[in-house]
Parts: sequence; C-alpha cells; structure tokens
Amino acid sequence: MDTRRGALAVPKVRRVGFFTSIEPPPDSQRPNRSQSGPVEATTSSSPLSNSPSGNLISPVLIPPSRHRSDNLTSRAAAPVPVPGPSAFRRHLAHDRSLHVGSYNPADSLLGTSPPSSIGEFSEDSVSLFGFQRSDSAKLSSSFPNGGFDLTLAVRAPQESESRIANSSASQGIKKNVEVSGKSETVTTQSKKEKESKSLKEKTSKAERRAIQEAQRAAKAAAKGEGSRRAEDSGRANPGKAAKQPQLKKEKLPVTSSVSEKKAAVEKERKMDVPQTQMQYDDKNRVEKAKKRAVVEQTESKNKVELFLHLPQYERGNQLLNLSSNIFTLDTIHHAVYKVGLLHLAGDISGDNARCIAMLQAFQEAIQDYTTPPKKDLTMDLTAKINGYVSFLIECRPLSMSMGNAIRFLKNQIRKLPGNLSESEAKASLCSEIGRFIGEKIVLADKVIVQHAVTKIRDGEVLLTYGYSCVVEMILLYAHEIGKKFRVVIVDSRPNLEGQKLLRRLVTRGLDCTYTHINGISYIMREATRVFLGASSIFSNGTLYSRVGTACVAMVANAFSVPVIVCCEAYKFHERVLLDSICSNELGDPDAIANIPSFRTNAKHSKTMENKKNLQYLNLMYDSTPSEYISMIVTDYGMIPPTSIPVIVREYRREHLLL
Amino acid sequence: MPDVQSMVVEFVNKLRKRKIEGSQATAKYTVELLRSVISQHRVPHANQAAALIDAVKAVGEQLVAANPVELAVGNVVRRVLHIIREEDLSLTTAAMAGLDLLDASDDDDEDNCKGIGYPAMSAAVVAAARSTLRPPSLQTLLEGTPESATVPYTSSSGADSESKSKSADKSSITRKLKHDVIEGVNQLIHEIAGCHEQIAEQAIEHIHQNEVILTLGSSRTVLEFLCAAKEKKRSFRVFVAEGAPRYQGHLLAKELVARGLQTTVITDSAVFAMISRVNMVIIGAHAVMANGGVIGPVGVNMAALAAQKHAVPFVVLAGSHKLCPLYPHNPEVLLNELRSPSELLDFGEFSDCLDFGAGSGSPLLQVVNPTFDYVPPNLVSLFITDTGGHNPSYMYRLIADYYSADDLVM
Repeated sequence: MDTRRGALAVPKVRRVGFFTSIEPPPDSQRPNRSQSGPVEATTSSSPLSNSPSGNLISPVLIPPSRHRSDNLTSRAAAPVPVPGPSAFRRHLAHDRSLHVGSYNPADSLLGTSPPSSIGEFSEDSVSLFGFQRSDSAKLSSSFPNGGFDLTLAVRAPQESESRIANSSASQGIKKNVEVSGKSETVTTQSKKEKESKSLKEKTSKAERRAIQEAQRAAKAAAKGEGSRRAEDSGRANPGKAAKQPQLKKEKLPVTSSVSEKKAAVEKERKMDVPQTQMQYDDKNRVEKAKKRAVVEQTESKNKVELFLHLPQYERGNQLLNLSSNIFTLDTIHHAVYKVGLLHLAGDISGDNARCIAMLQAFQEAIQDYTTPPKKDLTMDLTAKINGYVSFLIECRPLSMSMGNAIRFLKNQIRKLPGNLSESEAKASLCSEIGRFIGEKIVLADKVIVQHAVTKIRDGEVLLTYGYSCVVEMILLYAHEIGKKFRVVIVDSRPNLEGQKLLRRLVTRGLDCTYTHINGISYIMREATRVFLGASSIFSNGTLYSRVGTACVAMVANAFSVPVIVCCEAYKFHERVLLDSICSNELGDPDAIANIPSFRTNAKHSKTMENKKNLQYLNLMYDSTPSEYISMIVTDYGMIPPTSIPVIVREYRREHLLL
Repeated sequence: MPDVQSMVVEFVNKLRKRKIEGSQATAKYTVELLRSVISQHRVPHANQAAALIDAVKAVGEQLVAANPVELAVGNVVRRVLHIIREEDLSLTTAAMAGLDLLDASDDDDEDNCKGIGYPAMSAAVVAAARSTLRPPSLQTLLEGTPESATVPYTSSSGADSESKSKSADKSSITRKLKHDVIEGVNQLIHEIAGCHEQIAEQAIEHIHQNEVILTLGSSRTVLEFLCAAKEKKRSFRVFVAEGAPRYQGHLLAKELVARGLQTTVITDSAVFAMISRVNMVIIGAHAVMANGGVIGPVGVNMAALAAQKHAVPFVVLAGSHKLCPLYPHNPEVLLNELRSPSELLDFGEFSDCLDFGAGSGSPLLQVVNPTFDYVPPNLVSLFITDTGGHNPSYMYRLIADYYSADDLVM
C-alpha cells in the first residue's frame, strides 16, 4: 500500500504544497469532488465551503493549535514564526534518512518533502471544522478501492488526491516518528536547536524572501511545476550541506502563508469571541475613542477610584448637545439616533425593550441603506453597523443581550450569499432581524411564561425585585388563569422601577405588598418564592442583573426560599464573571445625591458639590453567585445554573447565531 | 411632685410620638427624668429602698409602654433600679459591718451571751454582699460551698438585719441612700454621655491604613469611631449605604466629609456588590440583646449576610445603655416598628391604586416600611462597647453585670 501511494502521491503532493495561494474556485471544486467520492467527498467539502474561512482563504494550512503546544520547545527556540511542526518533522525525516539505514523510501520521500507537513495541516484544517481524521482516512481508502477516475478534470482530483496522500503520508510519518523517533530524540533535539539558531541569524533575509515568495506564488503556479520537480528530486537524495539553504527556501513560503492564515484565523476567532469591554483607565484607548466620539462627554470630576475602568461622565449635557446636533449628523441613521437618544435619556429601560428598539432601528437603517459604488455590501454594511453600535455605546453602554443581538446581526451580514442582489440581501437581513425579535425574545417570553406558571401554586407569596417584563407577564398570566397568590414587590432607589410594576399589577387586580430593599429581611419571611428577571447570565452561572438582585437572592437563600430566575436564552453569554466590580455600568451619581423629601437637599448639594471627598456611586448592575439561584427558567426549559454553559456552548452555534 | 409628673407625661408623649430619635438621646432623657424622680421622691423612713424602687418602676413602666421598641428606656430604668439595689446593699453591709465592729469592740464582755447570733449573721451578710458585688474569684468559688448551704437563711437573716438596722438607724443613713443613688445615676449619665469617646478610643486598634469600611444608617458612635481613627492619621475610605427610605446615610456621609474622610455614598441595593471590596463593616446598634443578637437600622441584616458570605468582619458598636438584658423572641416582628408608607410611596401618585372600595373591599396594596432589622448573633463578629471588645457569646455575661435579675421583668 505504501509503495503504491508513494508512487501516486509524490508529484501531486508537491503541487499542493507550493501553490497554496492558488485555490480552485469553490464552485468548480464542489462538483468535481462529489463526482470522485460521492458520499465522503461531499461531506468533506461542505464544512470547508461552509466554514467562514472556506470562502476567503484556501482550505489548507490552518495551523491547529495543538501543534503549537506540541512543539513548544522548537517554537521557543525559533524567533521567527516558523511553523513548528513542519520544521520539526522535516528534521526528523532528515535525521532518519541520515542515521537509519533501512527505511521505507516512499515514506522518507514524503517525509523530507514539505508537502507532507502541509498535508498534515490540511487534514487538521478539516478536523478543525468538526471533521475527524477518520473522514480523510476513509477518503483515502475509498479512492483506491473505488478506482480513481482519470478522466476527471485535472485540478480537482489532484486536489483531493493530494489530500488523501498527504493524510496517509502524514499518518505514516507519525508512525515512523513514534517507532524510530524515540531512539533519536536526543540527536534530533540537538540538531534542531542548531538549525533554529542558524535560522535566527538569517531571519530578516528569510523574511524578505518569504514576502517575495508569497507575492510570486500566483505567477509561479503556472510555470513552477517542472522546476520544482527537479528540485525535489534533487532533495530526495540529500546531502547535508546542500540541504540547508534549500530547506529554508521551501519552508519560508509556507511560513508566510501559514502566518497569513494564522492571522486570518485569529481574526475569525476575534470576531467570534465577544469583544471585551473597553477599559476606561487605559488612557490611549480612551483618547482614541474620544476622537471618534459623536457624543460630547465631559469626564466627571469626582470619580470613584474603584471604578476608573468604567466610563464616568458628567450627565445632563449630552442630551442637549445631541439634540442640537441632530441635523448636522449624517453618519448616523435617524432611527438609530432616536434609539440612542432614548437610551441616553433613560426613556427605554429593560433589556428586552432596549434590544428590540435597537434591532428595529437597525432594521430601518438597513432598509434605507444603499451600497456605495465600488463597495461590497457585506463590508460596508458591517462598517456602518459598527458605527451605529459605537454611537449607541456612547449613549449608554450596551447590555450583554444587545451585544449578543449585534453579534447575530453581524453574523447574518457575513453569511449573506454573494449572489444576492442588494435589495434581496436587505430584505433577507430585515426578515432575519424580525425573526430574531420574534423567536428569541417574544416567543421565548411566551415559553418562559408557560414554564414558570407551573411553579406557582395557590396561596403562595411571590416576591419579585424591581421590574422585569417577563416576571410581569408571568404574574399577570398566573392571575389570569385563576391562581390565587400574593405578590411582594421589592424596590430600590434610585430608579424605583418596582413602582411601575406595582401600578400595573394593582390595576389588574393583583394583591400586592410593596417595600424597599432594606426591608427585605422583614418581608422575606412571608415569601414562598422569589422570581427574578435577568440582564444576562454568564456561563459560570452568575446572574448579571439590576443592582440589588444579588441582595434579594442572598436573603432568600438565607431564609431558604427558592429563587427562580427568568431569562431568555439569547441573553446568555459565554463570559464569566465573579464580582460586580470588573464589569458594570455606572449610572448618574446625581440620581443618588438627590433625595426626595429631603428638606435641606438643595442647599446641601450646592455646598457639597466641590467637596473632593464625597462621591456618589450609582451602580447599575450586580452579579449574583450561582449558588443563590435555584432554577433558571428559559426558553429551553427549566434548568439549574450549572447548565448554562451547556446551553451557551451547545445551542448557541446552531440555534442562536446561525 | 406635680412637676415631676408633668415631666413624665411630657416625656411619655414625646416617646409616643417618636419625637426623640436615637437610643442615646432617649437614654439620656430617661436617666435625667429618673434622677429628678428620685431626687423629688419623699422617702419614708422605713424600707426606703423599696419605696424608691417602686417609684422608679412606676415611672419606668409608663416610659416603656410609651415606646416598647425603644429598648434603651427599659435598659436605663433597669440600670437605675440596679443602682438603687446596689447602693442599698452596700449601705446595709456597711451598716452591718459597722454594727459588727461596734459589737466586736463594745460588747466584748457580752460576747459569750449575745455574740453567738451576731457574728454568724454579719458573716452571712458580708458573704452575700461579696457574692453580688465582686467578680467571682477562685477564692469565692472555693468558699462557695459553705455559703450556698447557708443561702436560704442568709437572705432571711439579711432582711432581718435590714429591718433591724433600719429600726436602729439614724436619719443620716436614709439621706445617704438617696444621695448615693443620685450619685450613681449621675455616674450613669456621665457614662452614657461619654460612651462615644470610650468606644472611639478603641478605633485605632481596629482600623488600619487603606482600609475600606462599609457602614449604614446614621450613628453618632460610628461617626466618632471613624473620626477617632482619622485623627490618628489613619487614612481609609468609607462606603456609606444611603439607608432608604430615611436617607440617614447621607447625613452621616456629609458629617464624615466635613471631617475630611474619603466617603462614597452607595445605594442600599449595591451593598452586596461592594462588600467584596470592603474590609470591615461597622454599624451602630439600636439595641443589643442578651443572646448577642443586634437590632439595628433597617437593612443591617442584609449587610450582615453579605459580609458573612464574603468573610468580612461585621463589627457592632454599642454603648452600654444599648445592652438589653432580654432574650428576644421573634425580634424581627415584635421588636420592630412600621413607619409611614408615605416614605416609600407618594400617596398622590398612587391614589388610584389605593381605592379599597373596589372588589372585595380589602386593600390590594400594602406598603411595608420597617424601621429595624434583627441580626442574629452568628452573623456578628465583634461587639465594641465602652468596656472593650466582646464576642457575641459573651454578651449575656456582660449584661449580667449591669442589671440585677429581679428587674428583668418589669
């Protein structure tokens, strides 16, 4: 088997290895492959074309992370981003060819040639997208058995063929390394170090050459075959002195393309991973952000030291500035502008309301959008959306759920099929947004209500904190279907959102008790269940919600009252959070300073204004440790907080974002 | 007499209307009132201590009934009663010792016939006096066995001796009792007035540089405590929970800022969020119960639970007049007080929801506005009183020093 494969593989492997930058257009690739290997080939090609990188960059050469960790030693020794595995393998192969007398010629051939390592990469790139090695192995076995159809178009079979060969070859190499490598590890190590040292000396030169190579790669594709073959045959019976420069020559294009791919992958990953919040104690970034800012912010004079990493601005003047600028700003769509103003003024509160308002504004903005000439809709629209988002952030920091919604939207834009016309694309985006609102928020709420109502029995006293629209829906629905219960509404300054809920419930005829958060220990003895809303739930089970929620949950826990959190799954977030300090939002400090019915209020605040020592801290959120939460009611059902990461990791990819 | 009576009525009215805020002020008024009651009370020649006790008790009952949740009133009344009892006892023992001495010196010759009764009795009285006045030492413990055997007849003989001494006494002794009691009450006044300084003196032992302290409610003791540490050049930060709906935290914060302390006001709901960055929670108690539980401003229990969760020391400052000898039963409800709902809800705004005529006639909307919170002893790390720092489990013993067991039920 080995000999046959070696004979088949050698010439074609070369080709793939060196011409990474020419890539068969995906359209031509697909049919050919499906012809050659009806079942397996389609499955193997689909992840590639579906994967975000598949369209943009060649499917080969995506460095798997585990190789990096495998070859930490070699990486540490080499200052340049030399692809560890390939170098390592090659040295191994060299050594084997030098020291070991009897070896399989085919294997050594493959081993010494760079393509083998590239083949390894390609295989890993496959497995990176969720396909195991067994697939490619299957491919390789199925081809010879099924008979290789030579009448196929040249390029495609070569592609697939080479992959087959590569995968099997690399497996063979691995075996070899395992078998023979042990005895030679010492020598290999020392050799490798030496080589990497010499590499280090010639880094700059090598890099320059790498760039040139990368540029030339496309041109070379056409004519290079012959000469390469000659080179390779020269290399097949190697002399050490001749080897060294050659080695570098071949490695470097690989290096460059690998690093390119690496960067691309990094980019992908960055887009996938939620952006970390901006740290406002980072002067440079704050300055940069300020230059871009639409909203004029004056930093508050009396900042709370513990929260320097959060934006602390003077309130009151932004709204004026913004509303006066309304006719001069043309970069921001008016619907987005309106939502921004509403956020800034605090007229929309509640995560769902904010999120829906934002999405609808985006919908409107997308409908009014026209792609400028010579620009790509995907890129330009994403940039536009980014501008809108940063404007909204300036108005008020986004909630986690809004971040999730924005990620969804960007994903949708990125995934737009290229052949759609502009109007079609816009229509599809708008309908996707509508679907998101309908499915992830409105319908989810209905499901949550259905679930949660089963937990309300007659004669219970339900305690809730602040205002959550889901909790309100649950209580009203339970009342509607004739359950007899009493509601305790706990409220806190400065927003006093509970009063809104109180009014709505009382006018609907529910029996309510109202108190403030300090009285929670007094009232908790009466309560039989606590229902809480959420702003977000993190993957370590931490509940991120309106400040005071943690107090309520803690006291409920102390009184052994079950705490039920109602949260739509789109608010789940894969971040983890331990405390309420690192990630939070600061409200208007004046809201705390101004106390209702405080007699000497005005006078005091005047005299105290310039006091440096007095600060008012208006936290907006806090995080509740998961041990206080008995159950989370979500659209996927009722789950314990420990199951949040499962929902986040398992369901997100398929159900939420795609 | 009438003007004392009018003073009592006035004070009772003030207590009823909750015009006097803070246990310290209440305690001060109470003790001053009791002093004038004692000084103006005309004592009979016979059994004057009992008469004084009755008078004080009568007034005390009125005061306690006027505001049963203000435990400082009851505490002070009990303290005064204790003073009267103690002075009486010490006078009696002194008199008995004097008598004994007289007996020993004058009646040497009669010793054989009369002395059989007297020395035994005086010894019993002295032992009784010693057991009540002195802390238990190893010696008294060792001596305790014969004493306990003689206890029943000690008390009877004590009463015997009391009546005997009174029957035999001079008028100077009666005046001396009243004088001593007033002296003792004055000392109590002084103690109540000076408890802040006593407590504040210990601040330096508990607050270190760069400490972050959380407090809530407005307590003068806490203010003095923090300022005392500040005066000793310790720099630290204070978080003050605003204490809705009375917003006393704002008052405290302004006082602290005026004294140059770095102060941050937070909402009550942010207590849990901030407690992880706090090194110590210091609160002033409204009252300390005998089991070590604390009655404090509303919201304290929440802070104590949060502090326990984050292993932050929860320190309670309490002057000795706040130490209550009672063991609480259901203190969250029975020793609590609900204030006006208007502090929470604007009647005008919610007038449409307050229509009770609709439906079943029972009100749909209730507003709960408790004044106090009870912290169970297991959440308290340390009590700092004017006599030093104590564990919650030790409070019953400390309290036993201040009160006599007869007065616990008034």
